[in-house]
Amino acid sequence: MALLEVTNLGISFGGLQAVAAFDLTVETGRLYGLIGPNGAGKTTAFNMLTGMYRPSEGNIRLDGVDITGKSPEYISKAGIARTFQNIRLFDEMMVLDNVKVGMHNRMEYSMWAGLLRTRSYRETEHDMNRKALKLLKVFGMEDKAELSASALPYGQQRKLEICRALASDPKLLLLDEPAAGMNPNETQELMETVRKVRDDFGIAILLIEHDMKFVMGICEEITVLEYGRIIARGSGETISNDPRVIAAYLGGDDD
Amino acid sequence: MQFLSYLARGISLGSVYALIALGYTMVYGIAKMLNFAHGDVIMVGGYVVFFTFCKGGIHPVLAIIIAMGACTLLGITIERVAYRPLRGASSLSVLITAIGVSYFLQNGAMLLWKSDPKSFTSVVKLKPLVLFGGQLQISAESIVTILVSVVIMIVLIWFVQYTKPGHAMQAVSEDRGAAQLMGINVNGIISMTFAIGSALAAVAGALLLSSYPTLIPTTGAMPGIKAFVAAVFGGIGSIPGAFLGGILLGIIENLSKAYISTQLSDAVVFLVLIVVLLVKPTGLLGRKTTVKV
Repeated sequence: MALLEVTNLGISFGGLQAVAAFDLTVETGRLYGLIGPNGAGKTTAFNMLTGMYRPSEGNIRLDGVDITGKSPEYISKAGIARTFQNIRLFDEMMVLDNVKVGMHNRMEYSMWAGLLRTRSYRETEHDMNRKALKLLKVFGMEDKAELSASALPYGQQRKLEICRALASDPKLLLLDEPAAGMNPNETQELMETVRKVRDDFGIAILLIEHDMKFVMGICEEITVLEYGRIIARGSGETISNDPRVIAAYLGGDDD
Repeated sequence: MQFLSYLARGISLGSVYALIALGYTMVYGIAKMLNFAHGDVIMVGGYVVFFTFCKGGIHPVLAIIIAMGACTLLGITIERVAYRPLRGASSLSVLITAIGVSYFLQNGAMLLWKSDPKSFTSVVKLKPLVLFGGQLQISAESIVTILVSVVIMIVLIWFVQYTKPGHAMQAVSEDRGAAQLMGINVNGIISMTFAIGSALAAVAGALLLSSYPTLIPTTGAMPGIKAFVAAVFGGIGSIPGAFLGGILLGIIENLSKAYISTQLSDAVVFLVLIVVLLVKPTGLLGRKTTVKV
């Protein structure tokens, strides 16, 4: 059974069909890419997968469980985490606390335990700190734990977003334009990070990206969207030779 | 000596404003709405303490705990019934609804408990503090009020900074969408915020009425507005800001009553607010927010 099975997913806003007949199968431990011109519906697809938008048709199954139209917090608990196109960290909180917020669903103690500083509070907090630091270490950021998130340079903010998403212990990680605004060196480093995350955490990753070198270099299967519909799917090589894709997407400024 | 006595009374009144302002500021920070019914929750808390303690004769601490429970329930119910259905609506609709809830509570109280003033007996049964050989006398109510507010404020800041629900509150306050995607139940956090704010309002009600012992259905209205001013004054959304704003407001109000004019004291309070907002529009401790374009 595949990790994620999306069938015939669609959504319309008023009269505009933003995404239609979207199919996707995701297997654990693989890297997937979602590309397409601006406005093709990539982020909309992500928003449906994470429960931000309720699809008008179709269904989404994660590990065989139907999660279509469920709330974002339910889906987060079920095992899908994401990052954002525009960085959406909790700027005023410490780096460490940002990661700990990601663990929200995994760690439980009540408000009263927190107020009264019971043992369960102290043990859980201790546990969370340890796990958060371990995660930060994977990204070489353990020495930044005490800084406020907004004090980090851009590249590290992107990494912290991935780190925060991983804190929820997901089965599937969605990255929305992880390389946006990065210079070639940072992009190169990010490619290695993404691969490392996939290997170390043994999860599936689906990413949206405009940087073709990045997508072609890292993704094992690429889906191309145009006007909300899938026009091609396959390996990087297949995609870059597909005449429809070239016409729709690479045609203008093929580099 | 006179001055110190006015100052002490000002700080005490300010502590009550601070407790109420905490409710305003937390709800604003997290739900991004102004809950104008908050002042009337104080009044309800006051009536609960009145009936259980002043009339019923139970222990004042127990009475306050009962009032806190009742106000918590009231706060959660108001949020669930009146505000939650408007989660996606414009802030103007929510504001008008809050004003509606405020009138509902005031008139409900008038129906239930009639509009004749009830005279409240102080929940504090201690002797006043006498200093400088009797020249300066500070009432026990003032001292208890100040101590209680300081303790509550410290616990609250600690709760928000160092516990998981506190972190969730901060996260929801900064970016509701992102917080939701981290698995935080946003509605639950908003309910919790209303619960905390309303419980504090009950404490504020009991303390306020111990110093100013007339209880009528509109008792909460004016302190509510003042506390709102205090929250804006200190920087709405900021917990230490609400506290600082409350204390300063109480001091300014009492000193202008003493040295300028009893009738003009409210005018002075609001004048100070206007000046502060002209100089520092985000309030004393408010953060400057920059919007990324």
